Amino acid sequence: MMTALSAGSVPHLPRGVRLHHDRIRNTHVLLAPERAFDLDDIALEVLRLVDGQRSIREIAGALAARYDAEQDVIEADVIDMLNGLANRRIVGATPLEPDRKP
Amino acid sequence: MSDVLNAVPAPIGLLAELTHRCPLRCPYCSNPVELERRSAELDTATWCRILSEAAALGVLHVHLSGGEPTARSDIEAITAHCAMVGLYTNLITSGVGPALTKLGGLAAAGLDHVQLSVQAGDASTADSIAQLKGAHEQKLVFARRVVELDLPLTLNAVIHRGNIGSVSDLIALAVDLGAKRLEIAHTQYYGWAYVNRAALMPTRTEVDRSIAVVEEAREQLQGRLVIDLVVPDYYASYPKACAGGWGRRLMNVSPSGKVLPCHAAETIPNLTFWNVHDHSLAEIWAESPAFQAFRGTEWMQEPCRSCERRERDWGGCRCQALALTGDAASTDPACHLSPHHALIRNLARTDSASSSSTTVYRGFGALTEHVPAGEPV
Ligand code: SF4
Ligand code: SF4
Repeated sequence: MMTALSAGSVPHLPRGVRLHHDRIRNTHVLLAPERAFDLDDIALEVLRLVDGQRSIREIAGALAARYDAEQDVIEADVIDMLNGLANRRIVGATPLEPDRKP
Repeated sequence: MSDVLNAVPAPIGLLAELTHRCPLRCPYCSNPVELERRSAELDTATWCRILSEAAALGVLHVHLSGGEPTARSDIEAITAHCAMVGLYTNLITSGVGPALTKLGGLAAAGLDHVQLSVQAGDASTADSIAQLKGAHEQKLVFARRVVELDLPLTLNAVIHRGNIGSVSDLIALAVDLGAKRLEIAHTQYYGWAYVNRAALMPTRTEVDRSIAVVEEAREQLQGRLVIDLVVPDYYASYPKACAGGWGRRLMNVSPSGKVLPCHAAETIPNLTFWNVHDHSLAEIWAESPAFQAFRGTEWMQEPCRSCERRERDWGGCRCQALALTGDAASTDPACHLSPHHALIRNLARTDSASSSSTTVYRGFGALTEHVPAGEPV
C-alpha cells in the first residue's frame, strides 16, 4: 500500500523530525529517527513551507511565484518529494488514507 | 598522514553508554563481558560537557543508551542539555524498571525518538529470553505511552535461534503498537553474543524464511511501518560496512568515559583508548591512537587493499576479523574474498546444528541492544 499525497493534502513534520542548520558542514539537514538527510536548496525551501497549515497546492504556489515557474510542474515535484518522505513515515499529512487507522 | 587526517569528516553520531546497569539479562547483549561499575560512571556535569563538545564537533544524533539509560537519575537533565545544544536525542531503552515513570519528563525535556527493545512477539518467549517475568507486558505499556505522547517509536528486535520464528508476530506487534519503524536485527556476535554463539545461531533455512517474511511485509506495509533489516554476517557474502567506516562517522563513550570507535572495540588488544577526563572529544576524534588504528584504508591488507569495495564496506568489522582470524587488520571473514571465509561458513553450520542451549545470561545487570552495527544514517 503506497501513501498517495495529492495537491489538497496538508503535510506536516511530526514530532521527532526537524530541520537543523548544521554549522559545521555549512548545510541544512532534516533530522529523523536514525536518519539525517542532506537538503539541497529546493528541498529546504519546500520543507520550510511544510507547516501543517498549507496544502501542497499552496506550497507549490508560493514556490512557483518565487521562482517564476509553472505551478503544475512544481506541484508534481513537491508531491513526488513528499510522497517519498511520507512512505518512510518522515512526513505526515491530512488527509492521507493509510495513516487513518481505525 | 596529515592528509589522511585532514580528510577525516566530522562524526555524525555519538553513542552515549550512560550506564551498564540494566534490569534485563539478554544473552545476546553487545555490552562488553567486563561490565563497568556504577562507581566509575561519569557525573552529570561531565556528560553535559561531552555533549556540548559533540555538538560543536558536528555530531547530529546522540543515542542515549546503556545498559538501561533511565537507570541514571539524571537522564532528564542530560536529555534537556542535548536539546539545548541542538542534538537529536534517541533513547535506546528496555522499557522496564524506571523507564515508564521517567517518560513524561523525558518528553518534556525535548526527547526526539524512542527505540524500544523487544525480545519476541509473545510474552512467554520474550520473558524467558530477557530472564525477567512480566518484562514484555511492561514494554507494551511503555510503548503505548510513547505513542500517546506523540513521540516516534521504533521497536528493535535482535533475532536469534530462540525467536526467529517470531518475526511475523513482531511485525504485527509493531503495527498494533503504532510504531513507525521496526528493526529486525540478526544477532551480531560480539560481547555476550559471541560467548553464546552456539546457542544463538539460527539455521540457513530459518534465516532465509525470516528475510522473506520481512520483504513481503515491507511491501504490504509501505507508508505505515518502515522495516530495517540487519542480515546475519555468518551467512553473508560481503561484510557490513563497519559503522560507516572506523573513525569516520561514529563515536562511543563508555560509562566511565572511555571513547571507543565502536562499542566492541575493547575486544581488540593493544588499542589505546583515551578518556574524556584527559582529552577533549575533538582531540580524541582526531588524534587518539584507537581512532587512528583502522581509519581510512592505509592499514588494510590484501584482498581489501586493492579491492574496489574498500571505501564501501571498509573491509568489514575489525572486531569480527580479530575474533575469528586472530588479526584485527585482516579482511572480515564474512567477506567471500577472505581466505578465512570457509571458517565462518563452517561455524555457522556447526553452531546452528548444535543442541547447545546452555546460555550465559549477562550479569551484573544491564542489557543493551545497540544500534545495529553498520547502521545508518
Ligand atoms: S563493524 Fe565496526 S563498529 Fe561494528 S563492531 Fe565491527 S569494528 Fe565495531
Ligand atoms: S575484500 Fe575487503 S574491501 Fe573487498 S569486499 Fe571484501 S571486505 Fe570489502
